[in-house]
Amino acid sequence: MSSAPWREAARALFANPGALVALIVLALLIAAALFGPALNPNDLETLDWRHVAANPGLAHAHWFGTDRLGRDLFVRTLAGARVSMAVGLVAGAVSLGLGLAFGAVAGYVGGRTDDLMMRFIEIMSGLPLIFFVIFMTVIFGRNQLALFLVIGAVGWLTTARIVRGQTLSIRRQEFIEAAVASGAGTPRIILRHVVPNVIGPVIVYATLTVPQIILFESFLSFLGLGVQEPSASLGTLIAEGAGEMEAAPWMLLAPGLFLVALLVALNVFGDGLRDALDSRERR
Amino acid sequence: MSAAGTPTATLALGSLRVSFERGGASVEAVREVSLAIRAGEVLGVVGESGAGKTQAFMATMGLLPPNARASGSVRFEGEEILGSAPRSLNRVRGSKLTMVFQDPLTSLTPHLKIGVQLAEVLVHHRGSTWASAERAALSALERVRVPQAQRRLEQYPHELSGGMRQRVMIGMSLLCEPSLLIADEPTSALDVTVQAQIIDLLRSLRLDSGLSIALVSHDLGVVAGLADRVAVMYAGRIVESAGTAQLLRGPRHPYTALLLQCVPNLRAPRRARMPSLPGSASSAAPLGPGCAFAPRCPRASDRCRAERPELRAIEHAAELACHHPI
Amino acid sequence: MPSSDLSPVLLRVEALGVDFGDHRALDAVSFEVGRAETVGLVGESGSGKSTLARALLRLVPAARGAVRWLGEDLLRLDSRALRRHRHELQIVFQDPLASLDPRMSVGAALAEPLRIFEPAIGARERRARIAAMLERVGLSESLHRRYPHELSGGQCQRVGIARAMMPGPRLLICDEPVSSLDVSVQGQIVNLLADLQRDLGTAILFISHNLAVVRHLSHRVMVIYCGRIVEVAPCDALFAAPLHPYTRALLAAVPDPTRAFEPPDPDAVDAQITPAAAASAARSVRGATGEAPRGGQVPSGCAFRDRCPYAEAACAASVPVLEPVGDAHAVACHRRRELVYS
Repeated sequence: MSSAPWREAARALFANPGALVALIVLALLIAAALFGPALNPNDLETLDWRHVAANPGLAHAHWFGTDRLGRDLFVRTLAGARVSMAVGLVAGAVSLGLGLAFGAVAGYVGGRTDDLMMRFIEIMSGLPLIFFVIFMTVIFGRNQLALFLVIGAVGWLTTARIVRGQTLSIRRQEFIEAAVASGAGTPRIILRHVVPNVIGPVIVYATLTVPQIILFESFLSFLGLGVQEPSASLGTLIAEGAGEMEAAPWMLLAPGLFLVALLVALNVFGDGLRDALDSRERR
Repeated sequence: MSAAGTPTATLALGSLRVSFERGGASVEAVREVSLAIRAGEVLGVVGESGAGKTQAFMATMGLLPPNARASGSVRFEGEEILGSAPRSLNRVRGSKLTMVFQDPLTSLTPHLKIGVQLAEVLVHHRGSTWASAERAALSALERVRVPQAQRRLEQYPHELSGGMRQRVMIGMSLLCEPSLLIADEPTSALDVTVQAQIIDLLRSLRLDSGLSIALVSHDLGVVAGLADRVAVMYAGRIVESAGTAQLLRGPRHPYTALLLQCVPNLRAPRRARMPSLPGSASSAAPLGPGCAFAPRCPRASDRCRAERPELRAIEHAAELACHHPI
Repeated sequence: MPSSDLSPVLLRVEALGVDFGDHRALDAVSFEVGRAETVGLVGESGSGKSTLARALLRLVPAARGAVRWLGEDLLRLDSRALRRHRHELQIVFQDPLASLDPRMSVGAALAEPLRIFEPAIGARERRARIAAMLERVGLSESLHRRYPHELSGGQCQRVGIARAMMPGPRLLICDEPVSSLDVSVQGQIVNLLADLQRDLGTAILFISHNLAVVRHLSHRVMVIYCGRIVEVAPCDALFAAPLHPYTRALLAAVPDPTRAFEPPDPDAVDAQITPAAAASAARSVRGATGEAPRGGQVPSGCAFRDRCPYAEAACAASVPVLEPVGDAHAVACHRRRELVYS
């Protein structure tokens, strides 16, 4: 039975109880966000004037209560969760993809190209994130997809640095020399040899940045720059809920707890992933 | 030498077993080793990688990783040290019982000067002052024939060549007048001319000081030039041991004979095919009931595959574990 | 000027030089490798032998000289033209595990040269070629699914050789191919290389610090010290009658397995035997003292003079040049005409 490196890492991962629990929790949260609203008769935007700022209860089918406008919080929280997860996924993928491409090329090609690319990253790192987001918002308007891309486009800088570092450390290894001697061109070497060998730590970093991305989006939404009405993200819901904290605490608790659960599960899973990849390397 | 070493044995390993817990399974590295080294004696331990020779001595020094299980007996100067707490081990480790490893670069601390690392040994074990320890460090370097010794004390490990670093390691291990020096593949990473110098050095040091040495190597040629006796290991057990001259003249175990054939002899005429052993030694897989060497042995019989030969004492103070010796 | 494909000389290296900053890692290296010939290159660490292997394939840049493959200078080609020649010269590295991509299975690693040089062939033929090559290097076909970390050192090296042979090269450069392996397994690999040469007519440049292994395989042997070739001779001549003091020191340093260590008898009449005398009695040839100089500290004139038991004042004055001294035998030593060895 062959033991491909990823299979061994998967085995190590599933042997880690913390990571396993985190994975199950994540799966449950995702399932809830996707299928939960189907269980509830209410929808996202309907204003239920009979139950404004109502407590959670079963009788009126508002399981998490309602907000100031009478909208059902169960459905809104889960919808917000969907948005937040989507941000994490899309922005995370953009950040990963851009960072991987940029860092691998800079690290492998080296020389002037590397210098130029790193200067670019350093300049970009110097720009305050918020100004950049505002700038992008002005150009692209309140397009949700554009928002996600922008957030991802900002997060790729550190990924690129990490990928470049990893690439530098394997660039001089013999199997890369062997690939060159075999006649492989630079694109093939980067794609087939560099990327698969650096992707381990990068994926771990990516899973640990997804929480940061979600938080950032929440922060933007809190400021009013992110997702707009009538859509919601966990961030906007928390913003609204924060205002009603004394009178209707469930407006804050529902999205807040969901966010916390999501972030903790992602962090624990990321840690477990790093341990699994590490232990395989430690032969 | 049998398991119950005489009271004068500097080191006596008795039925030593070492295994590792890896991924739920237990991997045996040392299946059973019993040997003794007397004062002033050099024992060569020879075998391919995976034979367990390094692990046996790592167990002796208490340097096994946390997932290792060791059982049996390790007596150093009469005192049982296997399984001792690090605190009591540290009384002998580094002073009376020392070890030199294959790669001196990773054995020396990269960010400390050579002089500091040497002096530290004396300050720690003998309670010397730094000043007298540094003087002793200088004479240690001179003893191992490091040229420009004073200058070397101020240098960092990466500034020295491989041979020089190995001399420093040997010098360090001799600082407290040890009874036993374990040299684990000390020359494998070195050029052949430097290797010859290190072997010369070890030879003269033992003649000077009556030091015992355990020389571990996969190269029988290296061992031949230094050892009084040789123990040949295969798959975690000793299969033959005898005086060096006797072993080289007439090996009794087929594995020893094949190993000997593989040692290059430039003085002999050139042969068409380079001798080698078929397959490879793999001690990781669990062994069958018979002799571990049977799959590769040209003399193997059904009895060999069914029944594992025991290590028995034979004439001339030698030992052999084989059903069909040469 | 391209020479015809039928010429016996495949590779001609002319005055090759490689610099690492100020330090000349290789200087004035010239030699030839002919069809189906094995040329051994012997040297210790820091001699530049691995640099030479890499310089021939342009894995490190050369500062001076030419590397002519069938007449065409590889050092002057642009990268695209160079890649067209790559299938002719392949390399096997020292560390078998490090030279294989840990994330690629054996099958994928062997498929890569085919994908690069023969992209037109289909998956079925690729699989067949891989299976044939695995068999040729003595590995089971089922290993194509395995990963490097699952294989032994000897098996990894066989995979490395198989990968190098996939494009059908006419010259195989072997950089210390057996040094990481146990003595008992080295013979398997060396015999495999000899078989490949006999069956496929591949020329081999065999680089090693291990004289015994070089001796087995080579028709001609070169000795390199501090980046310069110091002696070239047919194999038997080099081992029977070496002419350079460094070569002699190398040979003397190889332990003699037939002579066991005999401690001097403390009760003997002549109890004044010193350790030094005992040590030198074991070797009758005057060996080299000290160690090879490390990068940048090479002595002026002959690089070996600091360690040479025969050095004189003239040896510091100028760098000795490789001069013929007999039947296909050349040596770079100022005192070559004077020194007569026993």
